[in-house]
Amino acid sequence: MPEIKITPLGAGQDVGRSCILLSMGGKNIMLDCGMHMGYNDERRFPDFSYIVPEGPITSQIDCVIISHFHLDHCGALPYMSEMVGYTGPIYMTHPTKAIAPILLEDMRKVAVERKGESNFFTSQMIKDCIKKVTAVTLHQSVMVDNELEIKAYYAGHVLGAAMFWIRVGSQSVVYTGDYNMTPDRHLGAAWIDKCRPDLLISESTYATTIRDSKRCRERDFLKKVHECVEKGGKVLIPVFALGRAQELCILLETYWERMNLKYPVYFALGLTEKANNYYKMFITWTNQKIRKTFVQRNMFDFKHIKPFDKSYIDNPGAMVVFATPGMLHAGLSLNIFKKWAPYEQNMLIMPGFCVQGTVGHKILNGAKKVEFENRQVVEVKMAVEYMSFSAHADAKGIMQLIQYCEPKNVLLVHGEAQKMEFLKDKIEKEFKISCFMPANGETAIINTPTKIPIDVSLRLLKAEAVRYNAQPPDPKRRRVVHGVLCVKDNRLSFLDIDEICDEIGINRHVIRFTSTVRFDDPGSAAKTAEKLKTLLAEKLQGWSITISDGNISVESVLIKVEGDDDNTKSIYVSWTNQDEDLGSYILGLLQSMVQ
Amino acid sequence: MKLYCLSSDASKPCFVLSFKELLIMLDCGLSAHSVLNFLPLPPVPSTRLASLPNYTPPHVNDPLLEGELKECCGRVFVDSIPEFCPPLDKVIDFSQLDVILISNYTCMMALPFITEETGFKGQVYATEPTLQIGRFYLEELSEWVSSCGSSGGAARRWKELVHLLPPPLALAARPRAWRRLFSPAALARALARVRVVGYDERVDIYGALDATAVSSGFCLGSANWVLRSAHEKVAYVSGSSTLTTHPRPINQAALRGADLLVLAALTQTPAHNPDHMLGDLCVHATVTLRAGGSVLCPVYPSGVLYDLLECLSAHLEGAGLAHVPLYVVSPVADSSLAYSNILAEWVSVGKQARVYLPEEPFPHAALVRAGRLRHARSLHDDAFSADFRQPCVVFCGHPSLRFGAAVHLVELWAGNPAHAIIFTEPDFPYAEALAPFQPLSMKAFHCPIDTSLNYSQANKLVRELRPRELALPEQYAAAGAGGGARPHISADVPTVVVRRGAARSLSVRRRAARATLCGSLAARATPRELRAGLRCAPLSCALRVRDARLELVAVGGPAPAPQPRLHWSALDVEALVRALAREGVAEARVEAGADGCIVHLPRHDTLVHVERHATHVFCEGRADVRQALRRAIAACLPHI
Repeated sequence: MPEIKITPLGAGQDVGRSCILLSMGGKNIMLDCGMHMGYNDERRFPDFSYIVPEGPITSQIDCVIISHFHLDHCGALPYMSEMVGYTGPIYMTHPTKAIAPILLEDMRKVAVERKGESNFFTSQMIKDCIKKVTAVTLHQSVMVDNELEIKAYYAGHVLGAAMFWIRVGSQSVVYTGDYNMTPDRHLGAAWIDKCRPDLLISESTYATTIRDSKRCRERDFLKKVHECVEKGGKVLIPVFALGRAQELCILLETYWERMNLKYPVYFALGLTEKANNYYKMFITWTNQKIRKTFVQRNMFDFKHIKPFDKSYIDNPGAMVVFATPGMLHAGLSLNIFKKWAPYEQNMLIMPGFCVQGTVGHKILNGAKKVEFENRQVVEVKMAVEYMSFSAHADAKGIMQLIQYCEPKNVLLVHGEAQKMEFLKDKIEKEFKISCFMPANGETAIINTPTKIPIDVSLRLLKAEAVRYNAQPPDPKRRRVVHGVLCVKDNRLSFLDIDEICDEIGINRHVIRFTSTVRFDDPGSAAKTAEKLKTLLAEKLQGWSITISDGNISVESVLIKVEGDDDNTKSIYVSWTNQDEDLGSYILGLLQSMVQ
Repeated sequence: MKLYCLSSDASKPCFVLSFKELLIMLDCGLSAHSVLNFLPLPPVPSTRLASLPNYTPPHVNDPLLEGELKECCGRVFVDSIPEFCPPLDKVIDFSQLDVILISNYTCMMALPFITEETGFKGQVYATEPTLQIGRFYLEELSEWVSSCGSSGGAARRWKELVHLLPPPLALAARPRAWRRLFSPAALARALARVRVVGYDERVDIYGALDATAVSSGFCLGSANWVLRSAHEKVAYVSGSSTLTTHPRPINQAALRGADLLVLAALTQTPAHNPDHMLGDLCVHATVTLRAGGSVLCPVYPSGVLYDLLECLSAHLEGAGLAHVPLYVVSPVADSSLAYSNILAEWVSVGKQARVYLPEEPFPHAALVRAGRLRHARSLHDDAFSADFRQPCVVFCGHPSLRFGAAVHLVELWAGNPAHAIIFTEPDFPYAEALAPFQPLSMKAFHCPIDTSLNYSQANKLVRELRPRELALPEQYAAAGAGGGARPHISADVPTVVVRRGAARSLSVRRRAARATLCGSLAARATPRELRAGLRCAPLSCALRVRDARLELVAVGGPAPAPQPRLHWSALDVEALVRALAREGVAEARVEAGADGCIVHLPRHDTLVHVERHATHVFCEGRADVRQALRRAIAACLPHI
């Protein structure tokens, strides 16, 4: 039995540092190459020494596939390609290729310049790494080599996020990356065709939740912002340049438009503006509505949202500001925070996850005073809200995807063990397929049925089709083909006997048997034949029995009745050697009938 | 496999390929040459056109013909709503088509004629830019023809008297088959049928074939189609370009080694180098603008227009004419310009690199922002009229000069020798396009830019692709004796030439189909070597057909043990007698017969006729005797 082996190096019963090794049909594929945001030591990156303890890694990996630009899916890529020394092919979609280097650079700056880490990849390494990337488009079938084929499907989650279908020989796997089954403000829902893979590797971040509709969270968010500015407060929303920022901008923009609000909304210059440009260029990756209306009005040309200038920090009155970075660990968002935190009427909304050690993390944990390096102490009196806007499929969405693509097995990653366990049960019960959830470093082995490609002679098929079509339609009827299996140059073919004789240059020798049964049955021979046919049809149900010119044929066994009227009839039964079983059975049947 | 040709215009092809019980239409081009025989439809009433004299053929007095024909400068035009020449509908029943594959947006204009009100039930496939830009072309065409054409019915009588009319009208090909343009509703329905595919996406055609669109380098989203089954490969090359322009470059590797290569839509202006023409255009435009004249370029709303805008704006800037406004006038101008800049995945590598910065791939977005390039839905837009300044360069349609904004501008500027009209689209002969506007004082330049393959490029391509067979429309084949030398495709592969209305059988023969053999069945077979490198085993299996895919699986129920089934060579009768003796069947008498011999077993009431390639046993004895005979015969013959 051929098998598929999966070993997560990251994201096995865990969120963060997605990196999954897939082996099938002699090919090794790395799915995502992410980093863990919660660690600052070597645990941050996947353990590449698992693949090969020493020596070059390139010969062990046939290709690397990156599902989307989030750092927990691509953060370790420059490390792998420039520092570990992987030189093989890397695949991602066009938007991911455009946006990933920006996020990587952002993260590198924080790590090296703020935290003073050494032994980290450099800006040049990021550029060199991205140069090696092959960009793919949706549904394009890419032949990595002669046997390995990959194809991207739309995944929703963030701009350019993709699920990948991977095939080697007759085995196939779908890796979802992160995906979202419900369309949101700017992206569509994930979609896949009924590709029936042997294995579906699905994320399971929200394995147990059936989430309240996104609308509720959105309404909540808008209500809080509105209430705050109405009272003259200032709202600070720390965001990362790409992804959530655009979704929240669209949300606020449409709300401001609808409610006809005049409070100023700003976003920090630089990255975010540039980021909006990426969204404009890759508008084909957004949802139907934005794509349809972009000629009249590009959703990412914001009317109400203006670029932010540092001097606005001290402006009086209400305002809403989007500022980077998202975890309040440095930069503009932190500066603004320091100024606004001591006032009760202001508000801080954290739309995403914060890593331990950042100011954002402290505040979310309820810190009321924050001390900075220069002994400056800031009192936090402003309201602090946490709101999750991450776009992952919930349990319902995951089940839906399984229904879409009809996998033969499911493997869960990118989630917490307990929740996975629950979902695993549910999948196994509902779909009657096996479900796996290996931990990091653990290998799951999935057996797949053997299917060998074979060339079937058209002559053989046509002859069968003629026989089959001559009978009344019955979907349950067996369609049996007899021929010769032929192995030549390691290729299989299935040929008609005459074809194989021609092929080898031999003359077939046909062996035929004929026996006679005597039967006393007055009446014409044709009448006797009819009688026999009825009898045979009763005994041989499911076989094709035809009668023409008084000759009965049961498949290829011939029965002929001869004799004058009112006389003993001779029934000849004739068959070739290969129909011995049927022929002798019919002969026996006729003989017992006569006695 | 058969190939039908339904179009007489090789650059607006329409083929139908029958293969594996499927009817596959390759492109559905609409030939618009016929519109040149009609009088222009001005967007605003033109007194000059209205006052053209009626024409009646000499010695004909037919009141029905009254007012159908007009004369201008010695040429006769039909005064009616222009008609087009759709693909032939008599050869193939469109309701039987299984699939339509579209290569690029210039080759899909007849789609509504094929799919609407014909009972068509198949699928239509095109790339996303092909669908979008094709929509722009079709909507523009439909809007122009319908907005002007509400008045007056269709002139019909002249078609019956066509033999009496002067050329070129008399030479019009089958005017009775000409049709008026479809309604906007039919157009919308036809476009709604199109399924979008990406480059290199394998599209499953009813389980019988895989169809793949591969980049052809001609325009945004232009594709060549590769049809592949397990054993056969057909490449359809239509509208391809090996030049470097804005679209993704041609993917030649995917076309290699096809059993059949169908070649269509080569350049229409083989004598003109597109690069030189672009240079000439810039020079003519500069000279005209310097002299205070304006320039009119009758163009389609997409395609070469993008290159023109890019080159001309840069050239004018270099010539110190950056202040000259560029106008694009079309009902779809805004969409076309905006849309081209979101097609990052479909443009050349150079343009793609700009997207990563991120900047728009085409400079026209920057030109719009800088106010140098303006676009309007029509000439009468208030905003457009308000800031219209001369001298200027106007890009607008239609290149035939029979409808659209261009008609009005030519009427307006025809009398002024300072202005110039520069023809860039290769679809129409420019002299004929201008015929109803004669006499003309404005300058006319012909700078056709057709980036499709020319004949030497196509010959080189065919040599490199090495197809086993080549199919061509007759226009591309060498002229027959006395036809004179014209550029043609000459390849040293078997070539099939098709012309409109013809069907040709092709030499691709199917021998085998691909199936999958289940592992357990394969494990049970024990092949024997019959010849060096060739092993065989008899196999009986059940055939399972699902979604037109074949699977060979074990026959259900108690599986019959595989019997030795194939016996060959001649039977040695003496050996048979010995073998029978070993089986305990003695007293065999051998008699020589006409073409073999007869072995007689009187004790068992059995005769065995032994011939060279057959043995026939007439056995009236017990079953065990027959079994003994079976064993004995089998033992004397080589078998598997």
